[in-house]
Amino acid sequence: MQLRSWTPSRRETMGLGLTAMLAAALAPHLVMATEEATAAELKKLYGDKPMAQGKIKLDLPEIAENGLVVPLNIDVESPMTEQDYVRAVHVFADGNPLPQVVTYKFTPQSGKAAASVRMRLAQTQNVVAVAEMSNGALFTAKAQVKVTIGGCGG
Amino acid sequence: MISRRDFVIAAMAAGMLASGARGAFAQAARSGKMTQDDILRFDPVGTLTILHTTDLHAQLAPIYFREPSVNIGVGEVRGLPPHLVDEAFLAYYKLAAGGPEAYSLTSLDFDALAGTYGRMGGVDRIATLVKAIRAARGDGNVLLLDGGDGLQGSWSSLQTKGEDMVRVFGALGTDAMVGHWEFTYGAARVQEIVEKAPFAFLAQNIRSVEWQEPVFEARKMFERGGAKVAVIGQAFPRTPISNPRWMIPDWEFGLREEDLQKQVDEARAAGASVVVLLSHNGFDVDRKLASRVKGIDVILTGHTHDALPAPVMVGLTLLIATGSHGKFISRLDLDVKDGKVAGFRYGLLPVFSDAIAPDPDMAALVKEVRAPYAADLGRVVGQAGSLLYRRGNFNGTFDDMICQAMLAERDAEIALSPGFRWGGTLLPGDPITFEAISNATAITYPACYRNMMTGQQLKDVLEDVADNIFTPDPYFQGGGDMVRVGGVGYAIDIGQPMGKRISELTYLKTGQPLDPAKTYAVAGWASVNQGVDGPPIWELLERYVAATKTIDITPTGSVKVSGT
Repeated sequence: MQLRSWTPSRRETMGLGLTAMLAAALAPHLVMATEEATAAELKKLYGDKPMAQGKIKLDLPEIAENGLVVPLNIDVESPMTEQDYVRAVHVFADGNPLPQVVTYKFTPQSGKAAASVRMRLAQTQNVVAVAEMSNGALFTAKAQVKVTIGGCGG
Repeated sequence: MISRRDFVIAAMAAGMLASGARGAFAQAARSGKMTQDDILRFDPVGTLTILHTTDLHAQLAPIYFREPSVNIGVGEVRGLPPHLVDEAFLAYYKLAAGGPEAYSLTSLDFDALAGTYGRMGGVDRIATLVKAIRAARGDGNVLLLDGGDGLQGSWSSLQTKGEDMVRVFGALGTDAMVGHWEFTYGAARVQEIVEKAPFAFLAQNIRSVEWQEPVFEARKMFERGGAKVAVIGQAFPRTPISNPRWMIPDWEFGLREEDLQKQVDEARAAGASVVVLLSHNGFDVDRKLASRVKGIDVILTGHTHDALPAPVMVGLTLLIATGSHGKFISRLDLDVKDGKVAGFRYGLLPVFSDAIAPDPDMAALVKEVRAPYAADLGRVVGQAGSLLYRRGNFNGTFDDMICQAMLAERDAEIALSPGFRWGGTLLPGDPITFEAISNATAITYPACYRNMMTGQQLKDVLEDVADNIFTPDPYFQGGGDMVRVGGVGYAIDIGQPMGKRISELTYLKTGQPLDPAKTYAVAGWASVNQGVDGPPIWELLERYVAATKTIDITPTGSVKVSGT
């Protein structure tokens, strides 16, 4: 077969298009963290202390529009009084090279235990949040975020 | 207060009796032909009529459009409408084979029935129906809503960046619209359209990236038929993933269920008797959403191009599916009593172009907006030797032609073509005009690239796209049909998880398995990346068709599907 009227430019052969998207979205060469790595980090912080579901509202897109800046809004239910407040919130991404994303520390003066951040997600994975209450109780929540190469929109 | 059971019984009695399938279609079956009066015949209820058009894809003139023969439902929606095709579809809705229903709603005997019943759609025919219904019901009692993908999909819409269709929707008297492909004209153009369009452009689910502020009006209250009707807009939530994000870099989309619930509650508080979601989510997403967001009376669905002769009910929410390309319009009469919807009657009205007299004003407008491009549109490039269609979960013959063109014109070993749902059908013997080519390719990012990819990378691409379509939770689905392939075959097991669906990748030229480590020359188009180089796909396709003269495509059978 002969190319009839088009010569690929250097730019094209550099691999724009699907190849580039793959490299960005699927990051095939990096060693990714696992659920175990996240669990190990949590164990360092809190030992084997049990964690309950609830209290934490994780607001994340089901599918990331841009894996480089995925918006996360987090809100922990608490009266935030001297007697009962949220001491810390840890966020982990269990499919990134390093699972730790961010830790927030709160005091009763914070007024509410809420925060927003944008994080990079290398691939489809779970985002895990753990909230430590002033009485030492731990709560956790998890949400999956899909990271896709996109395209082909019907 | 009416109970759910009463409502459903009343609704079914009313709805089923006059649903399009049993109205116009039944009449045609009895008389042997269908007239404009048959199509319009409708026993009205209440005082409010909602008319719905969606996914016109800028088709000004009547076309052929073959419905899919493969439309797989996964998870909870397996075997449910709209994931029924052909005989199963006819059986579910108790429709006869060989008649106007089978022709317009399935792919059965498409070539032969197309000869009998002719092309469908055409905005001048739609205008005739809309005017007649407005005249019968009274202008102040009819709300006309469009579900998006109306401004893109033809040569004249691409050349005018949707201006031709803005004028058409204005002339139709469309009250509100939502968006998806509209966004591929870029943020500035969309805002320009919104500012001057004679209809509302609604989207509750788009925010500015930096400040998370609403970009568009979320909802609008209309007073029709003596009732306050709140219309909430829902843009295609995956637009920045399925289409180039760089064209709308400052906007974030998403489903935004909680914000939607707030919109519904606010609309009720503001006195709405009827709450309508004008949606471009796609049918499965809307079905799930209807079970989670409370208080929506009607969801006018779009995006997935499904045409259903009766509404699907989720609780008390009615889901309407109006098809695509102007083949149908939906008429929904609502009986509003004591500030609530108490009953309905629904009809899916088929736009048989040979049966409906074109509205002269709209016909003149169509002629005017097409005139600057008449020479291009009419240029005959070649001929269809076999049926050329696109729609379906896997390769269609129109896309096989595009893939063959890319293999030949870009000297590639493998070709990838996007799984768009839009684009007309050509019958055997039809001329392939430049218009027919552009009806399947007219996009703002048409460059046909040529890249080197390993067999493994190709498999990863197929797995990723397959997961976007066949992952069981509709909220994690995105995009259209499966990416079309040329030069390779593969097997797909729908029921497997991501990474395990695709197997038996075969390089068709040699019949050997695709080598994961070997590098192949891959041609494709519609990349969502910025700065992609290559000739526009229509240019390449025109060259290929002109050189080939008659396009004969035997469906390859190179995609083996299991796990359905």
